[in-house]
Amino acid sequence: MRAPDSPVITKGDVLLAVENVSLRFGGVKALSDVSFDIRKGEIRAIIGPNGAGKTSMLNCINGFYHPTDGSITFKGERRPKMRPHVAARGGIARTFQNVALFKGMTTLDNIMAGRSLKMRKGFFWQVLRHGPALREEIEHRRVVEDIIDFLEIQAIRKVPVGKLAYGLQKRVELGRALAMEPELLLLDEPMAGMNLEEKEDMSRFVLDVNQQFGTTIALIEHDMGVVMDLSDRVVVLEYGRKIADAKPDEVKRDERVIAAYLGVPH
Amino acid sequence: MASEAAAIRKPGLDPRAMTWLLALLGLAALVAVLTLATRTGVIGRGNLIYDVLVDPFVLMVQSPDLLVQTLWEGLVSGVLYALIALGFVLIFKASGVFNFAQGIMVVFAALTLVGLHEKGVPAFLALILAIGVMFVLAFAVERIVLKPLVNQPDIILFMATFGLTYFLIGLGELIFGGNPKQMISRELYLPQGSTDLQMFGGLVRLQHIDIAAAVIASLMIAALAVFFSKTRIGRALRAVADSHKAALSVGISLDQIWVIVWFTAGIVALVTGIMWGARSDVSFALQIIALKALPVLILGGFTSIPGAIVGGLIIGVGEKVGEFYWGPLLGGGIETWLAYMIALLFLLYRPQGLFGERIIERV
Repeated sequence: MRAPDSPVITKGDVLLAVENVSLRFGGVKALSDVSFDIRKGEIRAIIGPNGAGKTSMLNCINGFYHPTDGSITFKGERRPKMRPHVAARGGIARTFQNVALFKGMTTLDNIMAGRSLKMRKGFFWQVLRHGPALREEIEHRRVVEDIIDFLEIQAIRKVPVGKLAYGLQKRVELGRALAMEPELLLLDEPMAGMNLEEKEDMSRFVLDVNQQFGTTIALIEHDMGVVMDLSDRVVVLEYGRKIADAKPDEVKRDERVIAAYLGVPH
Repeated sequence: MASEAAAIRKPGLDPRAMTWLLALLGLAALVAVLTLATRTGVIGRGNLIYDVLVDPFVLMVQSPDLLVQTLWEGLVSGVLYALIALGFVLIFKASGVFNFAQGIMVVFAALTLVGLHEKGVPAFLALILAIGVMFVLAFAVERIVLKPLVNQPDIILFMATFGLTYFLIGLGELIFGGNPKQMISRELYLPQGSTDLQMFGGLVRLQHIDIAAAVIASLMIAALAVFFSKTRIGRALRAVADSHKAALSVGISLDQIWVIVWFTAGIVALVTGIMWGARSDVSFALQIIALKALPVLILGGFTSIPGAIVGGLIIGVGEKVGEFYWGPLLGGGIETWLAYMIALLFLLYRPQGLFGERIIERV
């Protein structure tokens, strides 16, 4: 499905580049002049105090918001006003801070919905639910079952997700994103509201996804322990500005980052 | 202590079953008292209690053929109400818009079909063209009405469908004129005439077109149900209904889904228009029947396809039976408002309808 002329990006190359991005809502500046890049195959963390613009940044990357200034380049292609479903088509999947699942549908249907883009049999066959459309449905069902096994959620396959505990909902949401076989996976606080055990499970899944499938991951997270363990590089935002961009242990020692989190002694 | 233990063990029936049991017992007692009163001559014809609570049932038992006829007619109009309600439900589910224009879409679709035929287009070509027109309409609505109003409050979108209603009335009159037209049932090979069935010592008359309407509507509803639950697009439709944000993030295009939904609602409107038009005629007065979909939706719940069907049948049967057996007491004509009364009662006691989605909220 990919355009033949799009460049081959190997591990370590820049997959997504954010250049001088600013985002304003009326008088409020959510992001000012932020630049960083995400390299293929890495786990990139975006951290910062509340209201720093982390989620706004993700929303810009997957097209929910359009930057007021600056540009975002994905796979070597600059897209000024990318719509979310186009971003998804290009290989960007995401999860949400406050889980956004299809609550009335089962776990299985939710993850199948993630395959929407991979299923391309026409409306006509769909209506008949016969021939190619049925074969396609079965084939994708197999992939989805693999994902369910991977995330260890076999027991809740047929449960409407609205009834699941929060931690499980987060896992289903990850499953739906994985079903898209994304090149870039955006995770918005995947561990928020979880207990220690659930956090450990989720960290393991994130690492496994990165290592087994080679998926590039950008995640927002507040739990510094998790961030330091998982990520290869960290971007730190504060009041919509980038204040640091380095490896985890360097970020930990950065004066400005410490000040942003703990305040400066006066 | 002993009595306490007994009290703990005893509760047995849950309050819900208790309510039902009490209601049943009450009903049985009422029937017994009324029977006794009638037998002993305490109440009789002319007495209000007798006329309302006894006489209609006596009539039902005495001439079951009339009852069957009434029920059948009720079912047929019920199926057609269900079809109209289905059009509303489809759009409401996918876009949260209550489409006031659904009624006029029924008229417009039927009018296009008949009007094209009048202008000399062969019947089946006219049918295909009418389907095409419904697609163009769906596309135009998405582009011109929905898209610019995306993220506006629901009431704005609702008002926009009012505008659409008047636009379609104007357009329909402009192109095809405002006179009632005959549905081209014969040219579409819809069955005509009727069959009389010997039943319970009387005749029950079944119009063939009614049978066809019931069959076609059932097939259509079944097909839609499978389409919604088992295909990618169906899943995408449900996904959009649940969460726009999440649907966008997995690459479902809202524009495309809206066109599909409006197109499907257009097809449903066309079928309804053909069937209803074949029973009376095709005129702008038809849109009034679309308002009957409101009580159907209140009964069935705005988001439920089975609800639309069951609600349609209840309203259809309810108003025919009410008209035939109780109508004379009020001087007749209660068919026109009975449905709304039923809906009103439902709003008081079960506002989410019979099948409406209970919102699952984890606290």
